[in-house]
Amino acid sequence: MSSADPSFVASLKPGTPEATAERALLSEIDVSTRRPVFFFLCAALVWLLVGTGFALIASIKLHNPAFLGQAEWLTFGNVRTAHLNSVVYGWATNAAFAVALWIMARLSRTQVRHLGILDVAGFFWNLGVAIGIVGILRGDSTSIEWLEFPAYATPLLFVAYALIGIWAIIAFRFRQPGHVYVSQWYLLAALFWFPWLYSIAQLMLVFAPVRGAVQPLVNWWFAHNVLGLWFTPIGLAAIYYFLPKVLGKPIHSYYLSALGFWSLALFYNWAGVHHLIGGPIPAWVLSAGIVASLLMIIPVVTTGINHHLTMFGSFGRLKDSPTLRFMVFGGMSYTLVSLIGSAMAVRSFNEIAHFTHFTVAHAHHGLYAFFTMVMFGSIYYMMPRLTGREWPSAPLISAHFWFCAVGITIYVVGLKIGGLIQGWEMVATTTSEAGEVALRVPLFLDIVKHTLPYLVSRSLAGMMITIGHLAFAVHFVWMLLQPRAVAGAQPVRLSPDAALPASRA
Amino acid sequence: MNKGPLLFLGIFLTLAFSWTGIVLTNHLTVGQIGTYIDAETGTAFPQAVPGLAQQGKRVYQELGCLYCHTQQVRRPGFGADDLRGWGERQSVPRDYVQQERLLLGTMRTGPDLMNVGARPLNAEWHYKHLLDPQITSPGSNMAPFPFLFEMRKIVGQPSPKALQGLPPQYAPPAGFELVPTHRAEALVAYLLSLKHEFDYPESIPVNTSGGKK
Repeated sequence: MSSADPSFVASLKPGTPEATAERALLSEIDVSTRRPVFFFLCAALVWLLVGTGFALIASIKLHNPAFLGQAEWLTFGNVRTAHLNSVVYGWATNAAFAVALWIMARLSRTQVRHLGILDVAGFFWNLGVAIGIVGILRGDSTSIEWLEFPAYATPLLFVAYALIGIWAIIAFRFRQPGHVYVSQWYLLAALFWFPWLYSIAQLMLVFAPVRGAVQPLVNWWFAHNVLGLWFTPIGLAAIYYFLPKVLGKPIHSYYLSALGFWSLALFYNWAGVHHLIGGPIPAWVLSAGIVASLLMIIPVVTTGINHHLTMFGSFGRLKDSPTLRFMVFGGMSYTLVSLIGSAMAVRSFNEIAHFTHFTVAHAHHGLYAFFTMVMFGSIYYMMPRLTGREWPSAPLISAHFWFCAVGITIYVVGLKIGGLIQGWEMVATTTSEAGEVALRVPLFLDIVKHTLPYLVSRSLAGMMITIGHLAFAVHFVWMLLQPRAVAGAQPVRLSPDAALPASRA
Repeated sequence: MNKGPLLFLGIFLTLAFSWTGIVLTNHLTVGQIGTYIDAETGTAFPQAVPGLAQQGKRVYQELGCLYCHTQQVRRPGFGADDLRGWGERQSVPRDYVQQERLLLGTMRTGPDLMNVGARPLNAEWHYKHLLDPQITSPGSNMAPFPFLFEMRKIVGQPSPKALQGLPPQYAPPAGFELVPTHRAEALVAYLLSLKHEFDYPESIPVNTSGGKK
């Protein structure tokens, strides 16, 4: 990547080597994005901890219902919903904003203008989320999945989002001429798709509700697309940006990138209705959703191959680069979770997995094992460049990675097994010789009892993840208390023995 | 790919595709379904839910019941909803046309409630179940809702609404009584109102064998 607009350093001293000028330009851009990006990251971290707290309470309640059972504001239905909304709109979206803005500015090779827009947007967004969470705990939830924030919180969110989208379009518009990198396609698309989805869903469900069975259709058109057209593109944009950056080599194939992007854009947005299979929805809509869900195999496999071939030959770097370690875990989870997701849309499997903990495990597989891990990896790369300080402790990064990686693996595997048992027992029948069809497990309470061990395993996994998050938070604060790094300081590496290649970890 | 406008057009058209297909098309078709007038009695089905039950629906939302209980029955032969006694026929779009907010749900940590009002469970059972599910359903992992009940000192005559026959560990001390709050009464009225038994022309089961395919 060569720059058309010479950096300040290069303009003063025309003979500066290109690599040095490039680094100087990027660091000038990083400095210009520092304030809003840093704000979004801090807000994301706070919501991550809040959301984790709600998650643990909700998880324990599901196998120990008397736990905190006297307080209405902490009843399961409220805490679980507060968890979902604080991690989705608090943690994940704030992190997505930070990563998207930072990458967009770097790839557009332009210093950030109009910082005021982002300050206002960041403040409004987090105020809206805070009001929404308090509203949910007070019992004001709309009871529309993924859209539970009461109507008095959502206009704030919409305004904030619109401002961020406008800023990103300005940044893209005033980019330096030249190639538009694949990460920018994803970012631009995500920043455009989300406000469309959100405003339509708010309008058709909350402010002017549509009639009857159209509501769940709009609901799942929105809720599934939040994952596929908002979080997934941001996560993939980050992988496409950081993977080559850390490895110091280009993405394997431009054509696979393009195929992956356009097939995702085309197929994903029809897939959401698979959440309604078996429901009071016209069969053709469900069939179309199932077909789209299966077609998702194309972008997923394409993107997976592209990332894998880029990584190929560089797996040794996982030993020392924290960013790479989180990214690769996230990227591999993306492939796996998406393929399982396609399978879940097939009617015969859906008959069992629908309405069970399997879906909950699947959601965490996507939003945590893929998206959250990718965001962690991005933050490990961005923070030193934003603050001018190095991460002070390699053991804390290792603790963060291993507690979260092992924790989410136990979570997903345990709860998927529990969900399959639950789903199978709910539908399994026997036929007697006389042709009488009967349930294998007639008592619903027996099914509940059989899932309890897996709900306990979920709580244990959640505790591990919490420890990982605390390690991250302590490290984050410790980093800010450090003095700025001196010139020539080496970046933190997880394994001091591993050979450090030319590019910085 | 270096053309910003072309990129943007593609991004716009892809989402416009499902917005038209899923949202708009269904709004113009499924969204226009109305009530069904029964020729024999002249009654419109589904029937509107009475006022107290409407308030109870709000309580149902406040407590997040939706996250463990669905309100949709799958057709006989797909799943085993009919065999579990959750409903003899599948739910159809018309079942929901009187509801301002649909509470379909996607999770069955607990049983489906589409027709809970048609089951042999009376108000007394529901009150005890809400006070603490362990009273009626030992081993359940459902949340208790003690805050829907009020412990009162008995002054004069005991309230006719006070819960009777509670197990000793839940029974109020002598001279006190446990009375459902207005919210509890509304919630139970809502649960008892949930039944969709009228057969619409389009709700005749696809697979009438009642068994697996």
